This record gives sequence, C-alpha cells and structure tokens, in this order.
Amino acid sequence: MFVAWRDLRFAKGRFTLMGTVIVLITLLVGLLSGLTAGLARENISAITGLPADRLAFAAPPSGQSVSFTNSSLTEDAWRSWAGRPGVRAAAPIGIRTLNASAGDRTAAVSAFGTEPSARIAPGSSKLGPGKAVLSESAAQELAAGVGDRVRLGPLEATVSAVAGDASYSHTPVVWTSLDDWQRLGHSGTMPKEQATVIALTLANGSDGSDGVDLAAGDRAAGTQTRTVDEALTAIGSYQAENGSLQLMRGFLFVISALVIGAFFTVWTIQRSADVAVLKALGASTPYLLKDALGQAVLMLAAGTLLGTALAVGIGAVVSGGDVPFVLEPLTVLGPAAVMIVLGVLGAALSIRRITAVDPLTALGSAR
Amino acid sequence: MTLHLDDVTLTYPDGDGRLTALDSVSLKVPAGTLTAVVGPSGSGKSSLLAVAATLVSPDRGRVVVDGTDTAGLDRAGKAALRRERIGIVFQQPNLLPSLTVTEQLEVMAHLSGRRTKAVRDRALALLDGVGLADLAARRPHQLSGGQRQRVNIARALMNDPAVLLVDEPTSALDHERGAAVLDLLVTLTRERGTATVLVTHDRAHLERMDRTVSVQDGRLSEPTVERS
Repeated sequence: MFVAWRDLRFAKGRFTLMGTVIVLITLLVGLLSGLTAGLARENISAITGLPADRLAFAAPPSGQSVSFTNSSLTEDAWRSWAGRPGVRAAAPIGIRTLNASAGDRTAAVSAFGTEPSARIAPGSSKLGPGKAVLSESAAQELAAGVGDRVRLGPLEATVSAVAGDASYSHTPVVWTSLDDWQRLGHSGTMPKEQATVIALTLANGSDGSDGVDLAAGDRAAGTQTRTVDEALTAIGSYQAENGSLQLMRGFLFVISALVIGAFFTVWTIQRSADVAVLKALGASTPYLLKDALGQAVLMLAAGTLLGTALAVGIGAVVSGGDVPFVLEPLTVLGPAAVMIVLGVLGAALSIRRITAVDPLTALGSAR
Repeated sequence: MTLHLDDVTLTYPDGDGRLTALDSVSLKVPAGTLTAVVGPSGSGKSSLLAVAATLVSPDRGRVVVDGTDTAGLDRAGKAALRRERIGIVFQQPNLLPSLTVTEQLEVMAHLSGRRTKAVRDRALALLDGVGLADLAARRPHQLSGGQRQRVNIARALMNDPAVLLVDEPTSALDHERGAAVLDLLVTLTRERGTATVLVTHDRAHLERMDRTVSVQDGRLSEPTVERS
C-alpha cells in the first residue's frame, strides 16, 4: 500500500468523488434493504411466526400453484392428517381478510381462526367463543384494548388480549377461535369449508426424515404440503412485491460493481505509465496488484461504512413512524458486505490490466 | 566482471519479417567504471540498455549481471534482479507524482520488503549526496528539471546496485545542469563501484568516460575511445 496510500491522498478529488458515489449507492441499497424487509414483515410475519413444520394446502387444480386465497379445506382433511403416524399435531387455521371496526375506527385486518387448544395464536388461553386477540398493530389501528368490543364482518367479539405483532398481506392479524372464524362466512368454493390451511407439527422436526410419508398424506387428504418458507410464495402479493424489490436491489448491486469497475479501469489506464516505471524498477506484478487492490478495498470499505452509517441513521428515524423499515444486522450489514465483495470483484477485473503493462515502455517514455 | 553481454542478438517483429536491433553484441563493464554507448538514433542503443536491464530477453547470447546469468531467471527473478542489483536512470525522470522526493527513494526499499527507519536515513543521505536534502518533502511538480534528474539518479542508487544503466540523462537539461549531472554520475560510480553504462548523444561527455563504444545498425564497434 506504499504507493496506493499516497495516491489516495494525492488524488483526493477523484477518490472523494468516487467515494461519494459508493456512499450514495450503499445508502440507497441500505434503505431499500430495510424497506424490503419491513414490507416483507408486514406481508408474512403471521405465517413465519406459526409454530409449524409444514402447512397443508388444498390441492389446486392441475397446472395451478397452491395459494392461501384459493385454499379451502374440510374437516375430513384435518382428521386425515391428525391420524397420520409421525404427525404430532395437525391444527386447522382459517385465514380471511375483512373489515373490522371498533367504535368509530375501522381497519382492514386478517382474521386468523384457530382452535384455542392448538396453541398456535399468541395468547391462545384467552381465545374462546366471542373473544378475539388483537395484534398490537390491530389494537393501535382500531384504538381498541382489552375488554373493548370489536366487529369483524358479521361477528362481534370482545378483545380478550393484545399480543404479538403479526401481519399478513399488509394487514394486522386478529386471532379468533376457529368456530367464530367459520361464522365469518365462506370465501372458498367448498360448502363444508372448515379452514384455509393445516399447520402440521412432525414428530421429528421439519426435515421430514422421521418416516412421515408426506406424499401419501397429501393423497389421502387431498392436500399439498409445503414448508413454511415455501408457503410464503403462496401469498400472491408477497411474491410480486418482494420479487420487484429484490430485483431493484440486485440491479443496484450490479450497477455499483460496474461503476467501481469503470472507475478503476480509467484509473489503471491513467497510471499505467507509473506502473511501467515501477515494474522497470523491479516491482513484482503481485506487489502491484496487491497495492492497487488494497486501494480499492480501502475506498470501498470507507464508502460502504459511511453509507451504511447513514442508512442506519435514516432507518432509525423512519422506522419509528409509519414506514415499514426493519433495522437488523442482516438488513444493515448484509448489503454492505455484498457491496464490498461485488465492488472488489469489479475493481479486480479492472486492475488485472496491470499484468499487461510492459515495463519496457518506461525506457524513453516522456513524462 | 559486473556486467557482461556475450554475443547478444535481439530481433523484433517487423511486418512479415524481423528487425535486428542487436547483432552479436558483446560488452564487458567492470565495477567502478563508466562505459559510454554512442550511436545515431535507431542504432540499437536503447535496445542494448533494455537487454542489460533484463526488460527484454535476447534471442541469442547471454546477459550476466553481477555473476547471475539472466537466461535462467523467470519474470519474477528478473524483477528481483532489477530491484536488488540494477539501477536505472531513465531519460526522463519518471518520478511518481504522488510521492515526495524522499518517498521516491523509499519506494525502492519498500519494493524489496525493507521498511525500517534505516531506509529513510539512507534516502536522506543519498539526497544529501545529490544536493537535494532541503527538498526532501517536495513533490515532482515542485522541482526543476535538473532537480528531478538528480532524484532519478539517487533513486537508482537506493538499493546499492552493482550495475547502473543511464539513458541519456542530460538530454532535457541545459549545458550547465547537464555537466553537473554528469559530474555526479562519475563521482558516484567511483565512490560506489558500480558498473555504469551511459547512453548518450553528447560527445562532450565522452572524455569523462573510461571507455566508449559505438553502436551502428545493431553492431558494436569498439573501442572508439578507451582511456587508460
């Protein structure tokens, strides 16, 4: 880093300009990552928070994928899974999005119906006929607390607890008993609809290696089982939204690598005469490559660190408000690490030109 | 013998054929002596310097630097030989713009993995020797042409080379400054015992040389002038 460090100090303007670009791209990626995670949490946290190894959906018609919207299961399917060897628990869950009201406040919510004994919902012990457990967001939007009356479509219930902060498809979750949920009305095509999905807990965990024949279970129950992660793709809005945001993030990563690569290409060409002199004086190619790559890593690390710090600061401010923003090590440090890795790759591809510089050009070169 | 070119032939691609830059050239330069290489433009002077500096490999013949036959060296080995045993004084100073005068010398030691305080002391001593101790903290753009050339010479001596290859060091300087640079080279060659090869167009330099050889169409005619 002898020459590279001094180049950084000598060509302050150029490196500051490039560093600023890295800071801004890192800031943008950091904000986008926090927002993506925040939106995802609002979309899927009720599903990812389910204490289940697999979810069984109603088998869709041939050529279609499983979806929460189209899944409608009968009691027979539940009983089929519950009686299956290796299945420790099979809990039906009903999911329906509807309007809720409390006093003069209304809000779109997702009603999740479960058997209180299944211990699926937070505050399950408080569930029962005519009772509802509100998530914190639902309680906030409806301005309702324990003991207040809330209306869920045609059903009126008393708030028995405010617990958890689960969301589903950008709506806060309200937990009810399965019997109450069934009174909300059918959304599926089956007249005997009992639930939307069945949460399966396997005897030996989620890997299914305990001998549970899931395919046979599906055939018997007329279902298709998915892991919880796989089941997220069955939320239509999540797939479209998350896919778009991840695509944007991916493009930003590619753009940053290209911009950094372009900068170091120009920089390497500009200093190729210096490189030729150093080679003529006896500098080895690995020495020169390490020197140049060290320079790139230093600039990337400084720019990324500053950009990440700014993203954390802005994220901390906005996450307290209405903006769905998640400030976690993964959303903060993950993008920063990817930025550095891709930036170094872009720089390395540019810097390899050093290997082609002919030291002979230093003899007779006029500078 | 510190530098020995033995029957060296060097050709370059030239259209469908090859151009002979050096044709069976042999040259021996003992330690502590200066050998001038003269000849018209395109005669092969720079090629001779490039071969001696191991910057290009000859098609035929041997180049021996301070007892090391360069034919057996790979690219890294030649780079190491240039670092440790060969000093090059370029025609133009070729100083690195981001380094101070002292750092231009220190980088030579850094290339060899030496990073002690003694390195700075040696750099300052060399700068003192070429009359630039007061300008140690300046950068190249803050120096005159003569000062830059003296830094160029001091840098070439930083790793205490056995062979000093000098490419027309006074071509960009006026007569007075050119004479001062030549004085410096003669003094340093005597003091440090380097085998110095100096490519020059300036006939006025020749009387200060121990020996002068002439290159014409890639062939060496010697001795043109040899002083006892």
